[in-house]
Amino acid sequence: MSERRLLTGWGGTAPTAASTVSVAAADLPRVVTGSGGRGVIARGLGRSYGDAAQNAGGTVVLPLPGWYELDAGRGTVRVSAGTSFHDLMRELIPRGFFVPVTPGTRYVTVGGAIAADVHGKNHHRVGALGGQVVELELLGADGTVRTVGPGRDLDLFWATVGGMGLTGVITSAVLRLLPVETGQMVVDTERLDDLDAVLTRMAESDDAFTYSVAWIDTLARGRSMGRSVLTRGEHARREDLAGSPRHRADVVPHDARVAMPSLLPPHLISRPTTLAFNEMWFRKAPRRREGQVQTVAAFFHPLDGVRHWNRVYGRGGFLQYQFVVPENEDEALRRILGRISRAGYPSFLAVLKRFGPGDPGPLSFPMAGWTLAIDLPTSPTLRGFLADLDGLVVASGGRVYLAKDSRMEPGLLAEMYPRLDEFRAVRARVDPGGVFQSDLSRRLHL
Amino acid sequence: MINSLGQPQSVLVLGGTSDIGMATLRAWSRTCRPYVVLAARPGPRRDHALAEVRGLGLEVEAVDFDAEDTDAHPDLIRSVAGQRDIDVALVAFGLLGDEERAWQDHAAAVELARVNYVGAVSVGVVLAEVMQQQGHGSIVVLSSVAGERVRRSNFVYGSTKAGMDGFYLGLGEAVRDAGVHVAVVRPGFVRTRMTEGREAAPLAVDADDVAAAIVRAVAERRELVWVPGPLRAVMSGLRHVPRPLFRRLPL
Ligand SMILES: Cc1cc2nc3c(=O)[nH]c(=O)nc-3n(C[C@H](O)[C@H](O)[C@H](O)COP(=O)(O)OP(=O)(O)OC[C@H]3O[C@@H](n4cnc5c(N)ncnc54)[C@H](O)[C@@H]3O)c2cc1C
Ligand SMILES: NC(=O)c1ccc[n+]([C@@H]2O[C@H](COP(=O)([O-])OP(=O)(O)OC[C@H]3O[C@@H](n4cnc5c(N)ncnc54)[C@H](OP(=O)(O)O)[C@@H]3O)[C@@H](O)[C@H]2O)c1
Repeated sequence: MSERRLLTGWGGTAPTAASTVSVAAADLPRVVTGSGGRGVIARGLGRSYGDAAQNAGGTVVLPLPGWYELDAGRGTVRVSAGTSFHDLMRELIPRGFFVPVTPGTRYVTVGGAIAADVHGKNHHRVGALGGQVVELELLGADGTVRTVGPGRDLDLFWATVGGMGLTGVITSAVLRLLPVETGQMVVDTERLDDLDAVLTRMAESDDAFTYSVAWIDTLARGRSMGRSVLTRGEHARREDLAGSPRHRADVVPHDARVAMPSLLPPHLISRPTTLAFNEMWFRKAPRRREGQVQTVAAFFHPLDGVRHWNRVYGRGGFLQYQFVVPENEDEALRRILGRISRAGYPSFLAVLKRFGPGDPGPLSFPMAGWTLAIDLPTSPTLRGFLADLDGLVVASGGRVYLAKDSRMEPGLLAEMYPRLDEFRAVRARVDPGGVFQSDLSRRLHL
Repeated sequence: MINSLGQPQSVLVLGGTSDIGMATLRAWSRTCRPYVVLAARPGPRRDHALAEVRGLGLEVEAVDFDAEDTDAHPDLIRSVAGQRDIDVALVAFGLLGDEERAWQDHAAAVELARVNYVGAVSVGVVLAEVMQQQGHGSIVVLSSVAGERVRRSNFVYGSTKAGMDGFYLGLGEAVRDAGVHVAVVRPGFVRTRMTEGREAAPLAVDADDVAAAIVRAVAERRELVWVPGPLRAVMSGLRHVPRPLFRRLPL
């Protein structure tokens, strides 16, 4: 029932040991109230990059196999927190529904997605996942389960959305769904030669598309700094597929058939390999193509096509730096991108997205503006470099994403999340003894 | 916590006045700025060390520690860990002594064995205990090339280092699955207070070089480190030299 295990996040850095438990929902209250001085935290599929789902020396609750109840009439689903988006999509698509928001991987749990208040390519239209949660069941520090939602204990609800598991264990949630006709997408792709072009294009016409994201070559310098491939799409209707029988309407995502080998040459991700890759990838993108049909998996989760792709970074692991700068701070974005391209760290394609307005979660990451995410292999010099970027981000009024963080200075947290005190006040109310703890909460003095 | 770039938020230095320990704190003061606890015997040397760490802009406190007073070690280390997690413990105390006296003067020999071996084992056991409870942490211990193959010229010191080196290598294996990392650092000749007045051996380094190796060992979770790096090859050659020949080497 309980097993001591070494855990890391997706970045594979800073392993710590915890006693992991996997028990029926009915037994969870005892686990929570009986956890010792080092407390307890829930874990999903460990897709946060850093230490959010770790609890050194304490207890970590693993997700249980899922269940769900679809209410097709209302267009909602009641789903257990341990259910993965992968499984949920496979059930929902044939029944004419899709999750309201999906991150760039399907291998996240409902609980983990709510706890990080994840955003998808449709943030500019629908906001983050929190806004699509009708209610959720939360197991608190006192061992009781409460139903919270926008209409019931609003403060606790919004502290839980984006609260990184620190308000309790989410056991189930009711989500609003999106009706869809098929498991396919209709996608427009265009290549844009520099940052101005991509920012202008997104600002002008994103609102006409449900989904929009740009892949940006962060190594390109000078005139081509910020060159990007912008993809935007809609769920395909049946009539969109009418002319092409090879695009089946009922296609659902599958588990990857290929896995990254566990033994790879070291330093696979270096400056020359990434330069070559980014160049090739930019050149092969069409200058402009409209109406291409792609599966949900290909459009939303290209990286899920290779299991354990994070192994490519080798033993030292990697991190993802994701920040947002407020709208009208294009200049800050340009300066940060300039720093990144000049520093020349080997970073494969980064993701650039325009966010719509944020939601009321005090620790929720998104805010109206621009977000950029880059993957970087760990190296000692990253500390100073990222601290400089943090400075620029904070000065612009922006923030970094806690689900990706593994190295930030604790002192910056209150500047990035000015409503941190509200979050702390809710925690002090519902968990005065500090039962819920994680390596992240210890590292950042959350 | 130690972050993804291997940088600690708190460091306990056992042998808090050691030159190598101080150099390591200087290195971290330029990056992650950890909270520091200096465990050392009270006195002017400790006061001076405290002032120096404060001068680096780090938050620091001192606790009383005598390597020979092993009975006091469990409570001392547990109480430090009770205040806040120990991310890195640096086992930096040690005595070199006078080599010829060390094997002929009973008291001197016993003192070296007590401080360098018994003391090191004593703190190692307790550090392992508290770090296993924490579920994380790095123990960095200053061994020496003198312990790699013990030589006539300083065999008392060398034998104590050989013993503690073996103990910590084994400890590292024992606690690995508990999330605890142990790094055994084997410097050659380091120009510090300990070697003051002695003629530097070939491949001599400064305390700052050892510090850089320690910072790296923690960041990369290395388990065995030579300073400078090439010593590794030199020593592995020496290890296989037959005794009659080894005896005649000017070491
Ligand atoms: C390839 C890739 C692409 C990604 N793309 C995006 C993206 O586009 N947008 C985005 O927002 N994020 C993205 N992410 C990040 C990911 O969506 C989040 O980190 C998410 O939280 C991971 O979910 P998980 O189930 O793996 O949770 P974990 O990583 O295991 O845990 C994350 C947090 O959720 C908490 N938690 C987990 N389960 C529960 C529960 N039942 N109750 C309470 N708290 C819980 C944990 O304590 C922890 O704080 C991406 C990650 C990867 C690897
Ligand atoms: N310098 C080298 O060439 C070299 C080479 C290889 C390994 N090493 C090892 O590196 C470590 C650090 O040495 P260093 O070069 O930094 O020398 P150092 O400055 O002389 O440090 C030695 C430390 O040991 C402490 N110490 C000695 N006896 C003690 C006791 N009974 N109780 C508590 N503390 C005691 C000293 O404290 P006080 O101030 O109270 O005396 C001092 O802080 C030692 O283990 C040494 O063996 C050194």
